[in-house]
Amino acid sequence: MEALLLEYLPILIFLGIATALALLIVAAAFIAARQRPDSEKLSAYECGFDAFDDARGMFDVRFYLVAILFIIFDLEVAFLFPWAVTLGEIGLVGFWSMIVFLAVLTVGFIYEWKKGALEWE
Amino acid sequence: MIVQALAFYMFATVAIAAGVMVISARNPVHSVFFLIAAFFNAAGLFVLLGAEFLAMILVIVYVGAVAVLFLFVVMMLDINFVELRQGFLQYLPIGGLIGVILLVELLFIFASWTVAPDAGAVAAAPMSALGEISNTRMFGRLLYTKYIYYFQAAGLVLLVAMIGAIVLTLRTRKGVRRQKVPDQLRRTRAESVEIKKVETGKGI
Amino acid sequence: MAELWTGYMLPTVIIVAQIIAIVVPLLFSVAYLTYAERKVLAGMQLRKGPNVVGPFGLLQPMADGIKLLFKETVIPSGANKVVFIAAPVVTFLLGLIGWAVIPFDDGMVLADINVGILYLFAVSSLGVYGVIMAGWASNSKYAFLGALRSAAQMVSYEISIGFVIVTVLLCVGSLNLTEIVRAQKDLWFAVPLLPMFVVFFVSGLAETNRTPFDLPEAEAELVAGFNVEYSSMPFALFYLGEYANMILMSAMTTILFLGGWLPPIDVAPFNWIPGPIWFAAKIAMVLFVFLWVRATFPRYRYDQLMRLGWKVFLPLSLFWVFLTAGVLVATGWVPK
Repeated sequence: MEALLLEYLPILIFLGIATALALLIVAAAFIAARQRPDSEKLSAYECGFDAFDDARGMFDVRFYLVAILFIIFDLEVAFLFPWAVTLGEIGLVGFWSMIVFLAVLTVGFIYEWKKGALEWE
Repeated sequence: MIVQALAFYMFATVAIAAGVMVISARNPVHSVFFLIAAFFNAAGLFVLLGAEFLAMILVIVYVGAVAVLFLFVVMMLDINFVELRQGFLQYLPIGGLIGVILLVELLFIFASWTVAPDAGAVAAAPMSALGEISNTRMFGRLLYTKYIYYFQAAGLVLLVAMIGAIVLTLRTRKGVRRQKVPDQLRRTRAESVEIKKVETGKGI
Repeated sequence: MAELWTGYMLPTVIIVAQIIAIVVPLLFSVAYLTYAERKVLAGMQLRKGPNVVGPFGLLQPMADGIKLLFKETVIPSGANKVVFIAAPVVTFLLGLIGWAVIPFDDGMVLADINVGILYLFAVSSLGVYGVIMAGWASNSKYAFLGALRSAAQMVSYEISIGFVIVTVLLCVGSLNLTEIVRAQKDLWFAVPLLPMFVVFFVSGLAETNRTPFDLPEAEAELVAGFNVEYSSMPFALFYLGEYANMILMSAMTTILFLGGWLPPIDVAPFNWIPGPIWFAAKIAMVLFVFLWVRATFPRYRYDQLMRLGWKVFLPLSLFWVFLTAGVLVATGWVPK
């Protein structure tokens, strides 16, 4: 238990050092360079005109669909990890139980393929 | 040991603070960022418990996938959050009731610890093997054989979620030209190219 | 007091020294990767590449860095300031912290955790945040569109990367990176799992937003995509993070498929060379292919990119999970 946690300590310290380094680099630019903002310089990039409205608008619902499908497949992968590690110990029962699980999800995958959810236009 | 205790209090405090900020932040996007912070600290707590597999899965699934969807929704959907907040008082009784029920349940757990301190050992699986075999391995040994029905049920839930997502969000737009790879590959020279002899001054 | 020193301070100092020993060479190689990229591209297009600053242009990366340092940090007026600055910091952070678990030689690893490969998978799945945050915080149409595209793209290829990792794990029986390399002592996984190796490499290109999948930055249409509003050091952080991610992805490829620090053949002249050098050489080779691909292929169209991810790589890698598991169980080769 102790040994296990000891291996995670460097990650925590690494995280701290990396954050400090990144913030330091950003701060260095603020200190080293002259900051002289004006309203034209600070306006969002556009092709020669002022932006009409807020850029954060609605967009195609397909992006949400991709995000949802990603969550589902990500979970599927998460279930696969312990199975891949212990396949030698859980025998044929474990093997077939995962095959059935994947088969069910393959049915879902075929459904979305046939429905055209994977098409982009 | 002191480091471990310090880490626990750090993770726990930040997790609770982030949780409070999730519901009190004015900007919904900031709420999601605080939620992500809470997830990370929960992952840290899992690591302290020795549940490294769960910690990583929490980061991969919740931060890497679920929170991305949340961000998509709050960043890019034009929801009027002022309007959304107006229902607050209306839902207060129900919300309060759920809060009270959760509080009572927590009290029951604490009470059971003091009444029967040994009961926990009976209900929970023995953790003594930890350290010799990894956390992931223990999962694998149980999940696919002993808890096979729950595992298959999880598969069905995912299937329902997949179908539900498609039924709810899929709209096919008319008049859009799509790339059809088999058709494009099946084109032959004979059906796509025609050579005509054009005489001067006549046109086709 | 003495106990405090030996018990807490000394280990911490050692860890910090190790971290510095990883980060400094890493940042150095990131700087020279940008130089190598320009030189390789130039060589392939019969140009000279950077050759003015220093001998053979070797000081070019330093000059670029100093130039960026003395530029003004422009924060657009419509931007969300905290998120705007946090986005490059996150990208840079994720490019670095993955290295905590990478084994450079047998036993030469900063954090030898049991779930190393999951840690790397988690770090790479977080990469999408830097992009989304930058795109949203900038409040500019180009940045926003670039971020959207990039998020959907990274997410799509993440799944095939997950399945590919599972096929490798089936052959190893452990999530520990050192174990994964040790399992390749006799045969690199690139040989029996060749199709998965290719899928992983191509998904790696997509995951790091490299050509031919660099749609988020598509200069011609999105004028650099999600980082269009960035300047000075925040921009440099994006750049450094992106290239550090490229090197991390090459290191992952090396560990999963090319036998990490192991020599190609375990005979006399090869196994005299120490492991870290083999490891670095293999990473450099994979990185060269990254650059070569950039010089060779035209950019994908967005619908083609999504089709490749969802309709080709996902079914293919899922099928290989089935196949690998089936073969291992049928032949009894499953690692106990």
